[in-house]
Amino acid sequence: MITNLGGFKMSQHKQIRIALNNCGVIDPENIKEYIARDGYVALGKCLTEMKPQDVINEIKESGLRGRGGGGFPTGLKWEIASKNHADQKYVVCNADEGDPGAFMDRSILEGDPHAVLEAMAICGYSMGATKGLVYIRAEYPLAIKRLKVAIEQAREYGLLGKKLFETDFDFDIELRYGAGAFVCGEETSLIHSMEGLRGEPTIKPPYPAEKGYLGKPTNVNNVETYANIPIILRKGASWFNKIGTEKSKGTKVFALAGKVKNVGLVEVPMGTTLREVIYEIGGGIENDKKFKAVQTGGPSGGCLTEKHLDTPIDFDNLLAAGSMMGSGGMIVMDEDNCMVSVAKFYLDFTVEESCGKCSPCRIGNKRLYELLDRITQGKGELSDLQRLRNMSLVIKDTSLCGLGQTSPNPVLSTLDNFYDEYLAHVTDKKCPSGECKDLMTYFVIEENCVGCTACARVCPVGAITGEKKEVHYINPEICIKCGACEERCKFDAIIVK
Amino acid sequence: MSNIKVKVKEKDLNTIKEICKSFDNKPGELINVLHKTQESFGYLPAEVQEVVAQELSVPVAKVYGVVTFYSFFTMLPKGKHPISICTGTACYVRGAENVLQEFKRQLNIEVGQTTDDGKFSLSCLRCVGACGLAPVVQVGDKTYGRVSPEGVKEILAEYSEK
Ligand SMILES: Cc1cc2nc3c(=O)[nH]c(=O)nc-3n(C[C@H](O)[C@H](O)[C@H](O)COP(=O)(O)O)c2cc1C
Ligand code: SF4
Ligand code: SF4
Ligand code: FES
Repeated sequence: MITNLGGFKMSQHKQIRIALNNCGVIDPENIKEYIARDGYVALGKCLTEMKPQDVINEIKESGLRGRGGGGFPTGLKWEIASKNHADQKYVVCNADEGDPGAFMDRSILEGDPHAVLEAMAICGYSMGATKGLVYIRAEYPLAIKRLKVAIEQAREYGLLGKKLFETDFDFDIELRYGAGAFVCGEETSLIHSMEGLRGEPTIKPPYPAEKGYLGKPTNVNNVETYANIPIILRKGASWFNKIGTEKSKGTKVFALAGKVKNVGLVEVPMGTTLREVIYEIGGGIENDKKFKAVQTGGPSGGCLTEKHLDTPIDFDNLLAAGSMMGSGGMIVMDEDNCMVSVAKFYLDFTVEESCGKCSPCRIGNKRLYELLDRITQGKGELSDLQRLRNMSLVIKDTSLCGLGQTSPNPVLSTLDNFYDEYLAHVTDKKCPSGECKDLMTYFVIEENCVGCTACARVCPVGAITGEKKEVHYINPEICIKCGACEERCKFDAIIVK
Repeated sequence: MSNIKVKVKEKDLNTIKEICKSFDNKPGELINVLHKTQESFGYLPAEVQEVVAQELSVPVAKVYGVVTFYSFFTMLPKGKHPISICTGTACYVRGAENVLQEFKRQLNIEVGQTTDDGKFSLSCLRCVGACGLAPVVQVGDKTYGRVSPEGVKEILAEYSEK
């Protein structure tokens, strides 16, 4: 189980397990264990006791919102799909999980695959679809294997296939594989990719609920969204909607990582503060360094600071603070992380992942990246900062799909919250956190150096010269700024400036 | 595309045809076909794409368009020991960039390339779900956690005699 990797000792304090309630508890390759924990009870109840509209009403009342990033009300989405009539409709599970640094969906699929299958069947019943498709990244071989096993077992038990629970309802599920393109997480791209095409988005409307897979009404939900469904129907909407905040109900799973002591998956009720997650569950900053920022929302999100730590986490608050919920990546950064470099890191990702269909995203993000690159090399000017902001706003306004519309967020949020750091790069040509290598030089402090030759031996490029017992010298032309000498020197004779 | 300049061996040609047939030669199954084909050949050179195009009755340009769109598909053979460096956010925050630079320097290749002796190839991937061990490096099926630039030499040495 992935949740055990790295031997975290995550505090269960403040956590509630809903989406993850079976993960790590049951054997995911044995359907009996899922059934023993009330698995497929919700599907049975829907098929035999509830009308499709009752199911939709229950989900609407629960207040569940999509966990894939956008936070669209799930019940409403199902209702729209149910009202579009067609000879064939499709239920799609978005398991593309593209946010680099997040693995919530993977953990659910590996730990509790039946919950997702059960939920898809329930969704199919409510909207009148008999076919389900899981679009999963090829990079997740274990999750794929577990899903295959689960689908086989569900078919054997008559929980997928024809005449489920001796009703007239048929439902079956197939897998479709992604092939490493972040934009395929966007629902229109995902549908094109499932059709065997390049995963390029198309303008909405028409929404998938009208014209989706093969032109038929299609409901697309995220893995974690589905994982909430069976338990909501078992325990009731009124149980679920008591958890969370006024407009964001239930829990959210986060992949907590970066410079915190305890890393791993956490599931907290909506409304928990960032401080509680980072300090009480995450155990605070590693090596007792100073907290600097926390990034949520992946490449579409932003960096939040000290002043946001007491913000209760929900869809609307994070958006108002200049970030977003996203799919659940939560990366903590400390004083050693340079925020200009962080923005550059995300832009590098976006440039690589932009599908190239529309020019603001294809060209604009590249220009943004180049500007940031210049700044981190100490070649930026003050006017570049205004240019960064202007260009970001244009890209957001004019891009075709959600990727381009959100890709400048990491730039805008760091400009807003860490303007001084940008200033230091462009006016003083200094990187305050010492991450931008081009703005640093390694020196030997003559008074401290005893000439032990340790640094010269460890230097991978032979940039350090000096006789035994004499002061050593680092040639800045050759030095690649790897920091090996600084680490090796026992006499604190090497510093970076 | 009637007569392909066949560089593909007879046996391989049949393998590709089999794969296409197992998906009923449907154009909509192109991505699945490419997955299977890459699984058996290791990569998707132009000649192989031509056969796939012919079997599924789609233009070669379309196959090429799909192959180049998705980063999972590669037109170059991987090394005997493919090295993947995680450049997901958690690994980045904990210094994956320095580790990547060190691999590039030691192997003297760029990302996406293979060493001349065919031993190592270098690629980046995003988050392998082991963020707790960041920075993470994979060599073949083996995963290394908390890799530092200084540790790179050691990792490569493990594969040097083999
Ligand atoms: C660039 C981009 C990438 C996305 N990636 C994902 C993803 O990896 N997983 C996901 O569930 N949703 C992703 N989404 C959101 C989907 O388009 C869609 O809104 C979501 O799957 C709907 O499910 P939900 O209502 O259950 O959240 C992405 C959106 C955009 C614009
Ligand atoms: S915004 Fe970017 S990813 Fe989206 S359609 Fe335009 S180019 Fe493609
Ligand atoms: S390791 Fe330190 S003391 Fe020894 S030669 Fe290098 S700089 Fe001087
Ligand atoms: S970011 Fe590298 S394992 Fe998650």
